Amino acid sequence: MTETAPIVEFRRVSKSFGDTRAVDAVSFAVRRGEFFSLLGPSGCGKTTTLRLLAGFETPDADGGEVRIDGEVVNLRRPYERRIGMVFQSYALFPHLSVERNVAFGLEEHRVPRTEIPGRVERALGLVRLAPATFARRRPHQLSGGQRQRVALARALVLDPAILLLDEPLGALDLQLRKEMQLELKTLNRELGMTFVYVTHDQEEALAMSDRIAVMSAARVAQLGTPADIYENPRTEFVAGFIGEANLFEGRAVGQGGGGAAVTWRLVAPTGASFQVPHHPAISESEMVRIAVRPEWLDLFAPGAVPPEENALPGTVRDVIYLGETMHVVVSLAGDRVVRVALRNEGQLLKPLPWRRGDSVMVAWRPEDCQVLEPE
Amino acid sequence: MTGTPRRRLLAYFARRPGAGSWALLTPGVLWLTLFFAVPLAVLLGYSVMHRGTYGGVAPGFTAEHYRRFLDPLYLAVAARTLWLAIATTGLCLLLGYPVAYVIARAGRWRNTLLFLVILPFWTSFLVRTYAMIVLLRGSGVINAALMGLGLTHAPLDLLYTPGAVLAGLVYGYLPFMVLPIYASLERLDLDLLDAAEVLGARAPSRFRRVTLPLSLPGVAAGSLLVFIPALGAFLTPDLLGGAKTMMLGNLVQNQFGPARNWPFGAAVSFALMGVVFVALLAWLRVRDAEAAA
Repeated sequence: MTETAPIVEFRRVSKSFGDTRAVDAVSFAVRRGEFFSLLGPSGCGKTTTLRLLAGFETPDADGGEVRIDGEVVNLRRPYERRIGMVFQSYALFPHLSVERNVAFGLEEHRVPRTEIPGRVERALGLVRLAPATFARRRPHQLSGGQRQRVALARALVLDPAILLLDEPLGALDLQLRKEMQLELKTLNRELGMTFVYVTHDQEEALAMSDRIAVMSAARVAQLGTPADIYENPRTEFVAGFIGEANLFEGRAVGQGGGGAAVTWRLVAPTGASFQVPHHPAISESEMVRIAVRPEWLDLFAPGAVPPEENALPGTVRDVIYLGETMHVVVSLAGDRVVRVALRNEGQLLKPLPWRRGDSVMVAWRPEDCQVLEPE
Repeated sequence: MTGTPRRRLLAYFARRPGAGSWALLTPGVLWLTLFFAVPLAVLLGYSVMHRGTYGGVAPGFTAEHYRRFLDPLYLAVAARTLWLAIATTGLCLLLGYPVAYVIARAGRWRNTLLFLVILPFWTSFLVRTYAMIVLLRGSGVINAALMGLGLTHAPLDLLYTPGAVLAGLVYGYLPFMVLPIYASLERLDLDLLDAAEVLGARAPSRFRRVTLPLSLPGVAAGSLLVFIPALGAFLTPDLLGGAKTMMLGNLVQNQFGPARNWPFGAAVSFALMGVVFVALLAWLRVRDAEAAA
């Protein structure tokens, strides 16, 4: 295999439990050395996908293939796949000390006795646990963060080609989680090891991943870089699951613009109309949904909107202080509520001019929106 | 003080939080003192007193009953008892562990299977032991089957042998082995087995290095629950073993009964208790080693 071939490949892989399809004809490829995340709400199939990759589950025999390094591994046991895994529950052996936990895999692989202590020490060093302090402790004598590090060292000591991580930071508090996110990212880069990471936390996935597969209802809803996923969400599910999204809809009533920048005019059920860029999912007189991120919206006093922007009239319902940003909640006609994110330039020195009850125009540039495909 | 007696009682306990625990403990402690500690003290007293002519005891102090127990005749009974109790525990472990393992992995059949394990307790131990006689005796089910199949020509001597006693003890105490082992296997975090498998452990290695060590507290508890009553058994050897396989329990029963030698019976009881204590201490050490893990 060449270096550029995907290290992991799923080709229309399905997994059923009784009548339930946990994973439904899923295809994706993971590049060598990348930090790849499977992101989705609970029950979306992300953990089953990881377990199919680990070898704990066997794919349905319907022609789907799990490939590692180009080879079909559908029926290979986990210990025949050169993978390491970190579990959400840590899964440290409670009856063994830290060093014996880390040595477990080396012993199973018949690594010479004399080599084991050195490799255990190096693995503990990699996750920044001082062997002198921790080697002889039992898992129950460690904090959650330390246990997570031991679990990581135990997986890394075998130098696997792929490291699978199943919500490894789920049980840690926020500060520790941020710290571990950085460390995992650093390990991924420095070891050049492929990481496949399962999480339901969209912020975590955006912060750490090279690419993300967003899963919904047993399928991959969208696969791309964090920027792709956040800025060009393809479906309403992706737009709503990753970050916040304001949804608008309207019927396409003809093209405008012309030339390079073709746009469509949409007419909302309320009678308001706005422009959206051309998109293959739009056709004449069909309903079209778009998503607009809160930070793509702006607020103007009525009559002050720049002429090229889309604008909808509304009333300020709330102003929320979030530190870095200010969220203004605006009620539009037809019971719609949108959130507008504005930069906080210091409410003590330069307070926002908007107050609860003000009449405002919610505006955005036609190109600052994402046309959604039907799911 | 105002209000109903009930309200006054509640107010009393609210003022004295410690009084609540005492109130909960007292009935049980009184019961145990009256029916366990006192008889035990009486028995200890008897074991160093002289034998009464028509049963009971006569005043005085003597260690002769303990010395008498060291007679080879009685030491042989003690050795047989120990051997049978150990064999019973070992057989229960061999038969019970796989059963507990399967039940712990049986998913939705779990409760049904557990129910079947404790089902024998719904009938009297005596009835079940008589059922064993029906199976084992010369004209019994097993001999009839063996001869019917032409495997034997004359009935085998199955009843009134050490083997019959062993079979009866194992049958009687097997659930006490299965249940605690089941409890420890059921608690086992299955992620640990997955983790071991990713780390390279094949099934035998996963069992030896993960499942077995983590189920040892259950094995220790089950062994204790089988070993102690097996050591003191008297009904099973009495009915299935006859005179040839007397155990210490039968000896005690004899001394208090037909032999009318209460002090000696008491001394044998205490010797038996000594063995039980040693077993208990061994178990506590295993448990503490596990607790440290």
